[in-house]
Amino acid sequence: MNVKRKLLASAATIAGLASLSSIAAAEEITIATVNNADMIVMQKLAPKWEEATGNTINWVVLEENVLRQRTTTDIATGGGSFDIMFIGAYETPIWGAKGWLTPLDDFADDADYDLEDIFQLVRNGLSADGSLYAVPLYSETSFTFYRTDVFEKAGVEAPTEQPTYDEFAEMVAKVHDPDNGIYGTCQRGKAGWGENMAFIGPLANAFGAKWFDMDWQPQLDSEEWNNAITYYVDLMNNYGPPGASANGHNENRALFKDGKCATWVDATSAANDVRNPNTSSVADVTDFFQAPKQVTSNGTGWFWSWALAIPASSKKADVAKDFLKWGTSKEYYEMVGESEGWVAVPSGTRASVHEDARLLEAAPFAETIKQAIFSVDPANPTKDPVPYTGVQFVAIPEFQGIGNYVGQQIAAALTGQATVEDALANSQKFAVREMTKAGYIK
Amino acid sequence: MARAVPTRTKWFNTATAGTLGFLMFFPILWILILSFKTEEDAIRAPLEVLFASDWTTQSYGAVQERSDYFKHFMNSVTISVGSTLLGLIIAIPAAWAMAFVPAKRTKDVLMWMLSTKMLPPVGVLIPIYLIFRDFGLLDTRVGLTFVLMMINLPIIIWMLYTYFKEIPGEILEAARMDGATLREEVIYVLTPMAIPGMASTVLLNIILAWNEAFWSLQLTSSDAAPLTQFIASYSSPEGLFYAKLSAASIMAIAPILIMGWFSQKQLVRGLTFGAVK
Repeated sequence: MNVKRKLLASAATIAGLASLSSIAAAEEITIATVNNADMIVMQKLAPKWEEATGNTINWVVLEENVLRQRTTTDIATGGGSFDIMFIGAYETPIWGAKGWLTPLDDFADDADYDLEDIFQLVRNGLSADGSLYAVPLYSETSFTFYRTDVFEKAGVEAPTEQPTYDEFAEMVAKVHDPDNGIYGTCQRGKAGWGENMAFIGPLANAFGAKWFDMDWQPQLDSEEWNNAITYYVDLMNNYGPPGASANGHNENRALFKDGKCATWVDATSAANDVRNPNTSSVADVTDFFQAPKQVTSNGTGWFWSWALAIPASSKKADVAKDFLKWGTSKEYYEMVGESEGWVAVPSGTRASVHEDARLLEAAPFAETIKQAIFSVDPANPTKDPVPYTGVQFVAIPEFQGIGNYVGQQIAAALTGQATVEDALANSQKFAVREMTKAGYIK
Repeated sequence: MARAVPTRTKWFNTATAGTLGFLMFFPILWILILSFKTEEDAIRAPLEVLFASDWTTQSYGAVQERSDYFKHFMNSVTISVGSTLLGLIIAIPAAWAMAFVPAKRTKDVLMWMLSTKMLPPVGVLIPIYLIFRDFGLLDTRVGLTFVLMMINLPIIIWMLYTYFKEIPGEILEAARMDGATLREEVIYVLTPMAIPGMASTVLLNIILAWNEAFWSLQLTSSDAAPLTQFIASYSSPEGLFYAKLSAASIMAIAPILIMGWFSQKQLVRGLTFGAVK
């Protein structure tokens, strides 16, 4: 009896301790994210991680610009509101260099995670001073979406090699058919460094333009910029949809999916959606070729990655790291493939995913995306050497303000409120002022 | 005697007012329509949206499934009502003092209070964020209630001051002569007479606090997040969520719209209080 009682008491104590330890170990982490499709899938699958670890997640979902402002305030003041943040290839190196993010170099020691499997190019884009500060959920570059049926009808052969912008304009002119509701090209016109400048940056690179010379002197009043913007304004006014200055990524994606555009140079990450017959009316008649070049092929396709990072102010870095490993592991991509279909698997990050036969069968264009991403070199984005990295952006904190202002000026040129010359002269003046204020130039 | 207005003028005025009213209401109507469409239909041409697509409540279902609407709703109620009542407690004595016992610089004090509204909120974001961080107020209802009370306080004081000024001081004097204490004078004499004005002040400030987006997005993340953050979570620059965004918007504005509808008489009465002598 006594032994039995002792055994029962011991069992109860062990059970009690076990439950106590599990309560003590369970943590609640807060993740700030944007509302993009891949992140929504992650929110849907995250309960599996919660069940497996006993931890819980608070998702804070915000619009991209709001998220950027919110996380910048928090991380700069060490607020500690978030344990994980979705940030991009622009913020990661800047914030990493400032010591605002937790280094993730120890991920290389985890053989199961296999950090080497993530494309070197992507890892480089998410590193600063040799340390990795974020791990990617997906990466993208830009390429040209085109309508195979419209090209065929107009007798235009789609290019197999990277075309020039002049050749692109010729194609666009031939397929432009506004009477039948099809516009030659849809490109971003809405002002903003993440909107129209995402297209215009690589376009300017192609025309041999650069933001700054080796002494950080702004170059926006150069002949190359003038050529690029004149080309853009003419192309959009002649062959774009009406009201193009209000169109950003979303609007153009909607127009393209609705069959209103013959060509569209934009994010490779939109390919899954455009080729999905459930969401697109042109799924079967859309194909892709590289974003055009002109005097150079350097920096003609942008590079962007949405990645997970841990702010240095987080007090739960260990739990956060565990989630990061789970959310960017090979198993996670497998899980997405099983649950959402292989066409929905985030692309541009892991070599093993891009080699998976199930992905290649469901999304044959995955190989094109991989090749397009491999053709990007953010360290050499222009024809001539420049002191900065980044294709559609310049990886310095001052770029957001400059990029937004230049975007507004070019949008004004597109609507005819300003001439191309005036828009670029104003942009140059603004950039000189900002760079002087920031101490880059005197 | 009322001035005779020709029938044609009456018709013209009615039609103009009706058109303007419709134009102002149209964005909300369009959001309402889009909220009952699928994502694919919501991006079609306007006429197709109206006539060539089916109606569905799936966006409401999807929003309900993904977000905890009730939590955000309760946070909005707590924060907007709390900040208004807290503001009232401070504003009534302040407005009483300025209306009935004015000093030499009362007008200057009033102008100074109003001038605090002229500063762009982002100008004080970092100091307030640091104070919140150090006092552990980030993502708390108490913190946000306090901030919203502070930013709306000048409006509450100004409105109450205007209403109190309309009340003859002699009535308060009479109460004092009858032996009323200051507390009794404010509670039993002044407050009942200013009820319409106070009601409209309360309603207007609840609406302002309900719709406030800058501070509520900056200072909260999950526990204290109100409906403004609930809407913001459906806005996306990459991907199409117009139908869900519309459904979330309707769910967020519906309570305040219904409240405004039922209390519009009170609101108008309060806002025009003292306009005609």
